[in-house]
Amino acid sequence: MSLLVVDKLCKRYGALKVTDDLALSVEPGELHAIIGPNGAGKSTLIAQLSGEARCDSGSIRFDGEEISGLPMHRRVARGLSRSFQITSILPGFTVLENVATAVQAREGSSFSFLGRVADESALNDQAVTALGRVGLTDRAGTIAGSLSHGEKRQLELAIALATKPRLLLLDEPLAGTSGGEAERLVEVMRSLKGEVTTVLIEHDMDAVFRLADRVSVLVYGRIIATGSPDVVRADPQVRAAYLGEEA
Amino acid sequence: MRGRALAATLIFAAFAAVPPLAYWANDPYLIVIASRIVAFAIAALALDLILGYGGMVSFGHAAFVGIGAYSVAILGQAGITDLMLQLLAAIVAASAFALVTGAISLRTRGVYFIMITLAFAQMAYFFFVSLSAYGGDDGMTLSSRSTLFGSDMLRDDGIFFYVSLGLLGALFLIATRIVGSRFGRVLRGSRENALRMNAIGFSPFRYQLVAYVISGAMASVAGVVLANQTKFVSPAFMNWHVSGELIVMVVLGGVGNLIGAVFGAVVALVLQEFLGAFTDHWQLWFGLILVGVTLASRDGVGGLVRRLTGGKR
Repeated sequence: MSLLVVDKLCKRYGALKVTDDLALSVEPGELHAIIGPNGAGKSTLIAQLSGEARCDSGSIRFDGEEISGLPMHRRVARGLSRSFQITSILPGFTVLENVATAVQAREGSSFSFLGRVADESALNDQAVTALGRVGLTDRAGTIAGSLSHGEKRQLELAIALATKPRLLLLDEPLAGTSGGEAERLVEVMRSLKGEVTTVLIEHDMDAVFRLADRVSVLVYGRIIATGSPDVVRADPQVRAAYLGEEA
Repeated sequence: MRGRALAATLIFAAFAAVPPLAYWANDPYLIVIASRIVAFAIAALALDLILGYGGMVSFGHAAFVGIGAYSVAILGQAGITDLMLQLLAAIVAASAFALVTGAISLRTRGVYFIMITLAFAQMAYFFFVSLSAYGGDDGMTLSSRSTLFGSDMLRDDGIFFYVSLGLLGALFLIATRIVGSRFGRVLRGSRENALRMNAIGFSPFRYQLVAYVISGAMASVAGVVLANQTKFVSPAFMNWHVSGELIVMVVLGGVGNLIGAVFGAVVALVLQEFLGAFTDHWQLWFGLILVGVTLASRDGVGGLVRRLTGGKR
């Protein structure tokens, strides 16, 4: 059974249909990339899937259950976690505390007023593990706001991982990164393959075709093609709508 | 953090030294001033908990002070003079007021939150103005201070001061623990980036509301102390000026720095006394000092001290 099934999803801003009768399914374990020209509605789709933006109509079924009416934090509790196109971290917290906060969100109650949270090894240990996955362990004590851009992208990934997602939504994780930084992030994503089901939105075609098991092409709010990277690359409709512009 | 622990120890030691100093200098007025400072320090501490750590700029915290003060007056008139019972009543009443007004105010952000908390406080103000049974606009004089364990020992200014200081110390410790707890982390995280907190599975509203209630309850303790110190209550306690002064104290001491709020209350009230002795236009000089401190250091007087002594933040 598919982990995520999206059907007849719509979203309009005024007269503009940003998501237009969209259908998509994501299989357990796959890395499913969504590509499309600027303005195709990729970020809106992520916003709708994660619960940041409301759906006008249509359904989003996650693990067989309808989630389109749930607020974002409830979807996270069910295992649907996301990263942001524009880096979103807790800048005044240390790197470790950023990740430990994400662990805390699913471990026990946060209506606990007197114990020192910074000393909770159960939270910190898992946070260190997540930092290890993205290669940020040696920056654990740094104030997050002072990290380099690439490190912030790594941190954002570690935060998402710390929520123990069953489906990870990555919104342009490579945006604004330099060559070396991008390479490191691609390696992290490769290491997650098969372990965490991932929906990846990315402009870097090179990375997409190297990482993805399946690729869906989004144009004007609709998926016009889905398939393996090779199939999608050869699709004449896709070449006309998108890849042709890039080449 | 060690610097703050040291600052807290010094400030509380200085407070504790006031009564002996007053007897030695034969100036009992010092104890009166110090008690007043302790009352405002409690209120500023309460405000800093949500303003500094939760990013909620309440412009209506005087309402909670007033609720605390009227708890003393109203229960006292009904013959219930026990301090513990009065504190309990103040905390329950202030929590209820905070729960209702907070649940509404927290649906707004930024300047709208400031305005709506101010509006609720003004409603409370005019409610007590219209309570003619308790003096209305003029307020009412208390026949005596509260009793403690059936004894009227609080009549003594020195004992009353130490009991008030004990309350401040206890609340300071509680607030410090809250800030460093799981709950405090969610509160601080929601100030840093509410969307991020949402995206890891927290709904900030519940945590902010609980913090608002805790802060309101704490501020009501300030009112209980203040009413006993002056043996008088009036709606003026919840005037919007008072809410503004509390924000000034928090800013003076450095936002998000609990001992700073206490220190801010000390600096504000001592300056008021000191400048007031020289000139009727003390507020002009006070304003200039406030501008100077704010420009020199965003962390208030505490940050200024750290910078001058070369310490790191």
